[in-house]
Amino acid sequence: MTQNRPWIPYLLILPSVVFLGLLFIVPLVQTIWLAVSEDGAPSLANMQRMVTDINFMQSVRNTFLLTIVVVPVQIAIALAMGTMVAKIGRGRETILWIWTIPLGISDLAAGLVWLSILQNSGYFNSLLFSLGVISRQASWLSYQTPVALFIAIAVAEIWRGTAIVMVIIVAGLNQVPKEFKEAAEIFGAGPWTRFWKITLPLIRPALQSALILRTVLAFEVFAVVYALGGRNFPVLVGEAYNWQNQNQNYSVAAAYAVLIMVISLAATLVYLKAFKVDPERLP
Amino acid sequence: MKRITSFGILASTVLAFASPVLAQTVFVSTQLRPIEEATVVRQDLLKDAGNVDYVVEEPPQFAVRMEAEAKAGKHTVSLVGALHGELSPLADKDQLEPLDDLAKKLAGGGMPQSLLDLGKLGKSSQQYIPWMQATYVMAARKEALQYLPKGADINAITYDQLIEWGKNMQQATGQPQIGFPAGPKGLMARYFQGYFYPSFTGGVVRTFKNADAAAGWEKLKVLWAYVNPNSTNYDFMQEPLAAGEVMVAWDHVARLKNAISASPDDYVVFPPPAGPKGRGYMPVLAGLSIPKGAPDAAGAMKIIETLTTPGIQLLTASKVGFFPTLNVQLPPDLDKGVALLAGAVAETQTAKDAVISLLPVGLGDKGGEFNKAYMDSFQLIVLQNQPVGDVLAKQGAVMAKLMTDTKAPCWAPDAKSDGACPVQ
Repeated sequence: MTQNRPWIPYLLILPSVVFLGLLFIVPLVQTIWLAVSEDGAPSLANMQRMVTDINFMQSVRNTFLLTIVVVPVQIAIALAMGTMVAKIGRGRETILWIWTIPLGISDLAAGLVWLSILQNSGYFNSLLFSLGVISRQASWLSYQTPVALFIAIAVAEIWRGTAIVMVIIVAGLNQVPKEFKEAAEIFGAGPWTRFWKITLPLIRPALQSALILRTVLAFEVFAVVYALGGRNFPVLVGEAYNWQNQNQNYSVAAAYAVLIMVISLAATLVYLKAFKVDPERLP
Repeated sequence: MKRITSFGILASTVLAFASPVLAQTVFVSTQLRPIEEATVVRQDLLKDAGNVDYVVEEPPQFAVRMEAEAKAGKHTVSLVGALHGELSPLADKDQLEPLDDLAKKLAGGGMPQSLLDLGKLGKSSQQYIPWMQATYVMAARKEALQYLPKGADINAITYDQLIEWGKNMQQATGQPQIGFPAGPKGLMARYFQGYFYPSFTGGVVRTFKNADAAAGWEKLKVLWAYVNPNSTNYDFMQEPLAAGEVMVAWDHVARLKNAISASPDDYVVFPPPAGPKGRGYMPVLAGLSIPKGAPDAAGAMKIIETLTTPGIQLLTASKVGFFPTLNVQLPPDLDKGVALLAGAVAETQTAKDAVISLLPVGLGDKGGEFNKAYMDSFQLIVLQNQPVGDVLAKQGAVMAKLMTDTKAPCWAPDAKSDGACPVQ
C-alpha cells in the first residue's frame, strides 16, 4: 500500500507535526527571543540580570544538588522494587498498583502532603513529641535548618518520583528472557552476579529512558519545593516563576526558561552518549 | 441510574449554553479573591445589583487582561475593582472613564473628600470611586501580654519595647514568638515600604540607603532573633496565630481576620511599633472603575452605587474585614473580631506620631521589582547576615535605576520631587 503512495505516512504524521510546531516551536522561538532581546534589539541584559541576581547561584546549586541526590536514589530504589516484585506471583498487580499511587497525585498535592507531615504542628513533630524525643515543636523547614529542609525536599521528591522510574524499569525487566537467567544459574552464577552481568546490561534501554526522564524532571522540580521550602530553597524553575509572576519581568523569566532547557538538553545528550544502546535493541 | 445521569448531563449542558444568553455585567476584581470572600460578594453584596458576573483575577493577570482588552479593542469587562496602585497604570494610559458625577453624589452622601481625591490618581477627573479600605495592624494572643515590658503601652509600642517583649516571650516559652508574613505570598514587602522605612527613616525611596536606614536594619536584625524562623514560610498570619506557632504578629487586617473573628476574646489588636521617625502606617485603598469601552457602563454604574450604599459598606466590613470608605458609624453589633481590628486601625490613624505612607504610584509594571529590592535587602541583611552597608549600596543602585527607568516621582512620606524620585 504505502509503497504505491509514499506520501501516506507523511500525511498521517502531519497533524502532530503541525500541532507541535504551532504550540511548541513558535513559543520556544518567542521565549528565546524574549530572553536575548531588550526593547526589540538583541541584548544580553536579561541574561546578565539573571546571573547577577541574589538567588541565581543558590538556585543553580540547589537544583543540581537535588538532581544528583534524588535521581540515583530513585533509580536504586526502583531497581530494588522491580527485582523484588518480579519474584512475586499472586498479588503482584496489587503491589504494583499501590506502589504507583504517588503517580496519580499532582506535584503540588504531594508537596502539601509532606508539608502537613513536616510543618511545626505536623504529624512528624506529633510523633516525636509522643515518643518523648522533643519537648516542643521543632522546625524542619526553616532557613535556619537548611540540611533538614534539603532532606525533607529530597525525601518528598523521592516519594513522588520513584514510581515513574519503577514503571519503566519493571517494563524493561519483563523483557529480559528467563532462559538467560536459568542458563546462568546452571553455570553457577549467584544472584548478585546474575543481576550485574545479565539483568542490568539487558535493561539498559529502559534504564536510559528512565534516567533521561527523571533527570529532566528533576531539573524542572518546582511544586514540591515551593510547598515545602517557599523562599528558603530557591530552584531554577521557582526563580522563573517568581520573575514572571511576582516581579512581572517576563524577559528575565524567559532567560531562566532558556537556561533550564539548555541544561536539560545537555543532560539528555550526556545520557545518550554514556549509555550507548545497541540500535537493534531500541524500542 | 444511567438514564438519570444522562438527563443530568443533558440538563447541565442546556443550562451551560442557556445562561450566557442573559446579558451579564462583568465585574473583574483583584480583591476578595478567596472563594469564601467571592461567595460573599456574589450572594450578599451584589444581591441587588442586577445580573453581575463577579470574576476574580490575580493582580498580574488582571494587568495583562486589561492591557489585552484595550489593545484588541474588544471589551468584555464593564467594571473593575482593584487596589489604588493597580488602577494607577490604567489611569496613566487613559483607559478609565471619568466618574465625576458619581463622585459628586457620593461626596454629598458622606464620602470624605480626601479619599475621593485619592481616586483622581493625580488627574483632573475622577478615575476611580473608593470602594473599601484596610491597613496593617499587629495582633497578639492575650497570654503574650504578661511578658510585655513594664511601662509599655500596647497602643503606643516602640521597636525597643517590641524587641524586649520578644526577648521576654522567648525566655519564658523557649521559642521565638513574633511572626511576620515573609513567605512567598506574604505581604512582607509592604512592611518595609509602609512601616519599617517610614518609622526608621521618615521616607521610603529617598532614604533607602542612608544612615537612618542602616541603623534601622541593624535594629531589625536584633528583633529578628526573637522572630519565628518559619516566618519565611508564612503567607497569612491568621494561620500561625490560630495554630499557636506565634503569639504576636504583623499583617493585613483581612489576613488576620479569620483567627481573630474565630475567638475574639483571645486576642488584642494594636498599632504597629514606632521607630525614631514615628509610627509608619500604610492605608490600603481599593477602588471601582469603569474601563473605557465598557460594554455595560450603566450596569457598572449601578453596581458602584450599590456597593457604596451604607448598608452594603457595613456588610462588607462585617463579612470580609475591609472597612467602609463612607463616613459611617460601625454598628455596635458588628462582628467582634472586626470590631477589634477596626479599633486598632482607628488607634493607628489617630496616633500622635503616625507617619502615613501611600501605596507606590507611577511604577507601572515595575511594582514587582520595586518590592524585590526591599525583599532582596531583607534576605541578604537579615537572613544571610551580610554587611548592611554593602547590601544597601548595591540595592540602592537597583532602586535608583528602577526610579529613573519608570520616572516615578516621590510619594508620601518622601518629600516631593521634580521627575524621578532620587535615592539619596
